[in-house]
Amino acid sequence: MTPSVAGADAALVRPRKHLADYVETVLPKVVLGPTLLCGLIFVYGFILWTAWLSFTESRILPRYDFAGLVQYVALFANDRWWIALKNLGIFGGLFILFCLAIGLLLAILLDQRIRAEGFLRSIYLYPMALSFIVTGTAWRWILNPGLGFEHLVRQLGFEHFTFDWIVTPGMSIYAVVIAGAWQSTGFVMALFLAGLRGIDDSIIKAAQVDGAGPVRIYASIIIPSLRPVFFSSLIILGHIAIKSFDLVMALTGGGPGFSSDLPATFMYTFAFNRNQIGLGAASAMMMLMTVVAIIVPMIYSETRRRG
Amino acid sequence: MAEPYRTQAVGPHLVARAAVYTLLILFALYYLMPLFVMITTSLKSLDDIRSGNLVALPRAVSLDAWVKAWGSACTGVFCGGLKGNFMNSVSFVVPAVVISTLIGAFNGYVLTMWRFKGSDALFTLLLIGCFIPFQVVLLPMAQTLGWLGIANSIPGLIFVHVVYGLAFTTLFFRNFYVTVPSELTKAARIDGAGFFTIFWRIILPLSPPIIVVCVIWQFTQIWNDFLFGVVFSSGQRQPITVALNNLVNTTTGVKEYNVDMAAAIIAALPTLFVYVVAGKYFLRGLTAGAVKG
Amino acid sequence: MKRSIVAAALGAIALARFASVNAGEVEVLHWWTSGGEAKSVAELKKELEAKGDTWKDFAVAGGGGETAMTVLKSRVVSGQPPTAAQVKGPQIQEWAAEGVLANLDDVAKPEKWDSLLPSVVSNVMKYQGHYVAVPVNVHRVNWMWVNPEVFKKAGAKIPTTWDEFAVAADKIQKAGFIAVAHGGQPWQDSTLFESIALGVGGAAWYRKAFVDLDPKALNSPTMEKAFATLRTVQKYIDKDAPNRDWNLATAMVINGKAGMQFMGDWAKGEFTAAGKVAGRDYICAPAPGTKDAFTFNIDSFIMFQQKDPSKQKAQRDLASAIMDVHFQEVFNLNKGSIPVRMGMNLSKFDQCAKDSAAEFAAAAKGGTLVPSFAHEMAMHPAPKGAMFDVITAFMNTPSMTPKQAAEKMAAAGKQT
Repeated sequence: MTPSVAGADAALVRPRKHLADYVETVLPKVVLGPTLLCGLIFVYGFILWTAWLSFTESRILPRYDFAGLVQYVALFANDRWWIALKNLGIFGGLFILFCLAIGLLLAILLDQRIRAEGFLRSIYLYPMALSFIVTGTAWRWILNPGLGFEHLVRQLGFEHFTFDWIVTPGMSIYAVVIAGAWQSTGFVMALFLAGLRGIDDSIIKAAQVDGAGPVRIYASIIIPSLRPVFFSSLIILGHIAIKSFDLVMALTGGGPGFSSDLPATFMYTFAFNRNQIGLGAASAMMMLMTVVAIIVPMIYSETRRRG
Repeated sequence: MAEPYRTQAVGPHLVARAAVYTLLILFALYYLMPLFVMITTSLKSLDDIRSGNLVALPRAVSLDAWVKAWGSACTGVFCGGLKGNFMNSVSFVVPAVVISTLIGAFNGYVLTMWRFKGSDALFTLLLIGCFIPFQVVLLPMAQTLGWLGIANSIPGLIFVHVVYGLAFTTLFFRNFYVTVPSELTKAARIDGAGFFTIFWRIILPLSPPIIVVCVIWQFTQIWNDFLFGVVFSSGQRQPITVALNNLVNTTTGVKEYNVDMAAAIIAALPTLFVYVVAGKYFLRGLTAGAVKG
Repeated sequence: MKRSIVAAALGAIALARFASVNAGEVEVLHWWTSGGEAKSVAELKKELEAKGDTWKDFAVAGGGGETAMTVLKSRVVSGQPPTAAQVKGPQIQEWAAEGVLANLDDVAKPEKWDSLLPSVVSNVMKYQGHYVAVPVNVHRVNWMWVNPEVFKKAGAKIPTTWDEFAVAADKIQKAGFIAVAHGGQPWQDSTLFESIALGVGGAAWYRKAFVDLDPKALNSPTMEKAFATLRTVQKYIDKDAPNRDWNLATAMVINGKAGMQFMGDWAKGEFTAAGKVAGRDYICAPAPGTKDAFTFNIDSFIMFQQKDPSKQKAQRDLASAIMDVHFQEVFNLNKGSIPVRMGMNLSKFDQCAKDSAAEFAAAAKGGTLVPSFAHEMAMHPAPKGAMFDVITAFMNTPSMTPKQAAEKMAAAGKQT
């Protein structure tokens, strides 16, 4: 191509290319725009609104006059808040741990060329389809000492069997873990199963040729390569744990007393039932800040890795 | 994308395989028990429930509770059962799922193939939206919807569910499209294809697995939502979860456990159906990379 | 002929316009969703429709109104409050202070509500002297429901003081029955506690503590004594009580498994539904120590300001219909409470209700008519919630002493 022809070509082509280029650099941003706008307003804007309310003396309806840190002081002096925070740690930690462990275990088991795999998979997965009222109602019955599991086992002859966690103040949060894990493990299992099926078999074969046993293969090759699945599961489970308002309300109502309270139920009760919107907003901010402190670094580092 | 490989840690050894099956069956019991309890209770009469125990089979199977739950149970002054509310739920769930999936697909497409400076950071910021508890946004959302004039209406509900579903749908599509080799789009761009052409001709045909995952997830989340449904609707337009709550959580009067259980199952049927029937496609979609990225 | 047709047509059009201007819609938020309550509310709907208005039902069950209150706040914030909402007690004044409630004086004055309601009640319905709410019924909370068979078999006497209670409960327990049927939920714990507090401390102290929120009355030896008595009562509650629904506890008394339950008069509905007769199969007695006192819980509706004149008319119709003799009778017969409208003919009501009504009037005169703190009649939701926390924590923490509890009650009273 002689320079002059190239130059002439370029001169002809440039204006059009310039416009198309312009459109195609702007268009992606335009497409993403509405979503970002929604995020800006409905996530961050609302967080700011809540933050503002946490600095006011809002009671039955929002009020906007600045009142300093009075709500935060009241929050930290509130016994119930500390119990709710402790419960979030217990519940969140155990819930995520159990779901990951049981999910992974079930996925590995199901991956062993099981007959009726599809059938069993549906059984593990269906609880995710149910709403909290359904789950809460059913499990409240099962965990009830007088009517449910304890009663059943006693009828079978084990007179001294007790399983009254749901009505014992110190143990009620663990009862919530049982019901919560039941609902969400299936989804994690499905994620792990998909991940297992996506592993490159050449690496496995090479390790087998080298004489590695099954446990070694799992521990050093398979589980580490499931890292993205762990990440996705953590996001989904973390999201469920923090939002676990509905399950607690349906299962224990926060009780006995307020021993199975979580920050989400605390915020709801104080903002909407006790006409203390300012205090509820303060608790919501504390909750959000905890989430941000843990989740954001994790997400950002993972997203950067993916590239 | 690698072909599916079945890691066979446990070979044909009988004891080991028996152990595997036993574990699986035990877990299956843990998962099935609540459903079993719900179904058997819904088929019993009230006397049967009071005198028997949790897992006892009904002495006389009766569908009365189901008929009542569907057509004549009281959810307020209105005593017409859940059938009207069922249609209410459908009327906002379907549009919300379709719209949020569509927008999520475009977002995922942009974030993987039309990256610009800062798009990754924006994606991270968007993901935070997954973690907002809905109670926190109730009041500001109520005020906003009031300003927009769509509070207490079906379009308002659709709007709310689309807004808070975008983070998840974007996540699903973005993680999926990340696994699509960029050579495909590069070649198309050299050929002169534009933004929408590439999406329509190349990306969309690859997308069914992830569309299934996204639709199933969104459908379940939105169908089962209670909080937005109870706050942003009223009267005869309430979704089925709100009607179910009215039925099950009455504070006075005799609790008709069998009707409650039947109603709960009716409310869960669409999502159960979706999971059981489309579960296979769900897994296929996940395998194809919904969450690998 | 033509002229008369035209006249008739014009007349019809005029009538239709008149009717449409005047027929309004009331959207009513409530949580009466059970079969019996729904029937009662349906009566109200009928009366309203007879006046040409339409009833738009807005039922939200759960927690005795907790979910409904969330919904209400959201609707008010969005600028679209319902026409009427089921709100009671000092919360009425909280809403009125926000300036969103409608003034009902133009129904109250012609219908002479001031003379139909005792002042203790009408004060709760007013804000700065104007009516903003209309009461529906009166529940008595300080009842004790007794199964006389159980008492007879145990050789126990129905107690009239809390000291006598311990004696009777002991006998019942020794005879193999459960002495007190109770459900371990915060509102039930507080319902039990307030009857104890009233019986131990008397009406004057009760008012100082729970209405005036006087710290000296809250953190006092009387309060400590009340908590000590609660500890005693706890000994006679069975271990399956936590989270038990109140009507299941009533069932224990009905079935002869338990001797007594401390619960408001809505428990009567359970007895009636089970075919039991007052005085024979069950006895309604005032809680020990509260014989001449009456702890009241009044359901009421507040009306939100509306711009549309037809809605305003419908609101007035609703307020008028609620205070109407016919509705008062039908609703309260169904619900187990007594009419709030004084001077009504109570021949259709059973003996417990008649006793209740008589004692209501007497207590009003004698100054022993007190609002129920457990049912949101005495104080704002914030201190009430904080006190609930204290009482429930006390019941669930065996190591908490009455003195500690009293101190926490004083702190709770300071919540705003």
